[in-house]
Amino acid sequence: MKRRSFIKTTAAGAAAVTAPAIWSEAKAQARNETLLIVNESPPNSMDIHGVGANRPAYEVSWNTHDRLITYGAKKDANGNDHYDYTKLEPELATEWDLKPNSVTFKLRRDAKFHDGTPITAKDVKWSFDRAVTVGGFPTFQMKAGSLEKPEQFVVVDDHTFRVDFIRADKLTMPDIGVPVPVIMNSELCKKNATATDPWAMEWCKNNTASGGAYKVERWQPGQEVVYVRNDDWKSGPMPKIRRVVMRIIPSAGNRRALLERGDADLSFDLPSKDFAELRTMPKLTVVGTPIENAMTYIGMNVTQKPFDNVKVRQAVAWALPYQQIMDSVMFGQAIPLFGGADNKSKGIVWPQKDGYKTDLAKAKALMAEAGYPNGFETTISFDLGLASTNEPLTILVQESLAQIGIKAAINKIPGANWRGELLKKNMPMIANSFGGWLNYPEYFFFWCYHGQNAVFNTMSYKNPTMDALIDKARFASGKEYEDAVNGFVDIAFEEVPRVPLFQPLLNVAMQKNVTGYRYWFHRQLDYRQLAKG
Amino acid sequence: MLNLLLSRLATAIPSIVGVVVVTFMLTRLLPGDPAAYFAGLAASPQAVAEIRTKLGLDKSLPEQFVAYVGDLLSGNLGNSLSTGQPVVTEIATRLPASAELTLAALLLAVFIAIPLGVLAAVKQGTWIDHVCRVVTTAGVSLPVFFTGLLFAYVFYYLLQWAPAPTGRLDVFLSPPQHITGFYLIDSALTGNSETFWGALRQLALPAISMAIFSLAPLARMTRGSMLAVLGSDFIRTARASGLAPRTVVFTYAFRNAVLPVITVLGMVFSFLLGANVLVETVFAWPGVGLYAVNALITSDYAPVQGFVLTMAVLYVALNLAIDLLYGLVDPRIRLDS
Repeated sequence: MKRRSFIKTTAAGAAAVTAPAIWSEAKAQARNETLLIVNESPPNSMDIHGVGANRPAYEVSWNTHDRLITYGAKKDANGNDHYDYTKLEPELATEWDLKPNSVTFKLRRDAKFHDGTPITAKDVKWSFDRAVTVGGFPTFQMKAGSLEKPEQFVVVDDHTFRVDFIRADKLTMPDIGVPVPVIMNSELCKKNATATDPWAMEWCKNNTASGGAYKVERWQPGQEVVYVRNDDWKSGPMPKIRRVVMRIIPSAGNRRALLERGDADLSFDLPSKDFAELRTMPKLTVVGTPIENAMTYIGMNVTQKPFDNVKVRQAVAWALPYQQIMDSVMFGQAIPLFGGADNKSKGIVWPQKDGYKTDLAKAKALMAEAGYPNGFETTISFDLGLASTNEPLTILVQESLAQIGIKAAINKIPGANWRGELLKKNMPMIANSFGGWLNYPEYFFFWCYHGQNAVFNTMSYKNPTMDALIDKARFASGKEYEDAVNGFVDIAFEEVPRVPLFQPLLNVAMQKNVTGYRYWFHRQLDYRQLAKG
Repeated sequence: MLNLLLSRLATAIPSIVGVVVVTFMLTRLLPGDPAAYFAGLAASPQAVAEIRTKLGLDKSLPEQFVAYVGDLLSGNLGNSLSTGQPVVTEIATRLPASAELTLAALLLAVFIAIPLGVLAAVKQGTWIDHVCRVVTTAGVSLPVFFTGLLFAYVFYYLLQWAPAPTGRLDVFLSPPQHITGFYLIDSALTGNSETFWGALRQLALPAISMAIFSLAPLARMTRGSMLAVLGSDFIRTARASGLAPRTVVFTYAFRNAVLPVITVLGMVFSFLLGANVLVETVFAWPGVGLYAVNALITSDYAPVQGFVLTMAVLYVALNLAIDLLYGLVDPRIRLDS
């Protein structure tokens, strides 16, 4: 290597680095018609029924498939679009006839799959059969709406499809509008099925057999998904955005930089602090929607001493540093669930404020009453996968509990192990979050407080009175229903096996020229309502 | 030469067998239950058990190992659960991305470090020697992710000289036709200048941040080794015989000093290839490091095993290449040792 040639090469290299971008005409055009979304984690499948399909995979499925019905929209308190769980609207089905024992759907006659095949009732049946048969999450979710057996799904004629009920369940209709019962191209799937894989699970992992508003143009696993609009889509108003690019940018700092520089159009997945700061900037729109039926809480294992004692649990509830958590962990990006007037239910809404606030004197008195005037030692565990919230939160809780004599060691559990640890149900105290898709208080309580002891009843709480109220609420209506809901909320607040802290927000930041964002219960982005420019 | 090659390859086999066994055992000994992880949010114990059977995790360890080795022999590294793709395809698409970045960084580092080291040795104690010392100390004490973030902040966010750190190509460019998997080479071969410039612009910042880090060991080794050679008798003789200083330094001293530099080069290369996960994270670079770390976080066995195995094979190949290179550079080592 000669010195002179070295200098020459490096000089040429430096010139290359700073050379201006070569913006072709076509590229500038493409930029205006394309929505660029930057996210943290990539989809792992194109098939929502696939084993372990993750949340980003739900987004792919939601935008590329039709369902029979969808939900209407309303404006939330801040004037932003919000799906409306009380309003079911047509998607592939144009109308339906709901009877006590069945529901009959009339299908759109001009709807076609992406490959041009007309969509018929046999495709719907095949898809529903698949969802209740393949096991795992899709089958479980179908069951939540009492959709359990293939015999329930009947092809009446090419454009008429009937679902027979096995029991009267008010969640059956809403469950047909969730992301799981998608309509798939049965002929195309069968062509790619094998004897050992009759539902073409393997093929569908990498291919979409769908007829929805967007088609997947390119999928580079772990890197990006590129969509183009399906111009033949009939099941709703034509989407305004022609192309959508979803790129994975692992570093949160860079996602923010891309937004601020105007290079990316939209992002979820930023730390609360960034959202709090972006909110004050005039060049971006930030929308924060309270996540329905969700809360972040401190759970105590009631099967273990000393948390089997209700006085100890109440002492903890009076000792938590609520306002500090709101200010320095969430930066105000959450709805407080503490400091209400008392521990009585305030109506048929969930989550709602309980009556606890930070009152150390009261907490100390309760500890003494419970027989622990000098406190005790315990551990508080959290999921490292959500460390940006959980770590500062548990540290504040630790400091605060120390003041009433509870010495809590912090136990950080890697994301991959968290589920396994929850299943074991032996952690004494945890910081955790839960949210349910279907926005009914009894749905939340069924998962989180019912004595059936599901994974999400992380406190192993069992109370026959409460179970009876939850079961009643699932099938009752009117005054009886309201009494049941108020009843179990009162018990939850009084017995306090889990202390609600706050209701998290689903935050999204986007460029000012992006409009039409709508909040969905599945918390994924619906590209179909968005517009740009 | 052939004997050397064969004996080297023979010694590599036990280490690869060892790696296969160790990776298999390690990934199983790690805490964490992939079945619980992949069963999803609303999983019941039955659902978790179903997934466990589906993944073959309910079998005994020896059974799992036999199945694993059988797959391995047929060139199947298994499927990644988190991306849903076969590990072989994933590594095959991601390795060129890492290799392109690493090679670019290494070339850049060599072009700067070796002249710098040589100059520092020749003009020992002068300002250029001090520059060399400062540069190497700074390079080694600035972690790659820090320089990466700093560069992204300054050159992209503040100055707008660099393109957005969105991976190997701007969002609105399509990847070039696949020939080698190296975007620069592929786009040059197909004459796609827009993609070539796009790929080069994306490559610049991550390559420079990695080059700064790998500069230090190279420059220091060059300087040290040159100093030793320059102080030796045959150089004094060459100088006394009135040879031109340029001939003395390059023809006699440098050729003799380059051997330890090659050793360090090999080490730096293998280190960079495996350890550039931080740069890959900062610049959204779709390389193998990022892939392996993500797989570890989700207890996704197959990619972790595939990654470690690929790296082991690469290390073996690299060491072999370096051994052969020694022979080319230094005739004394060419003996059929």
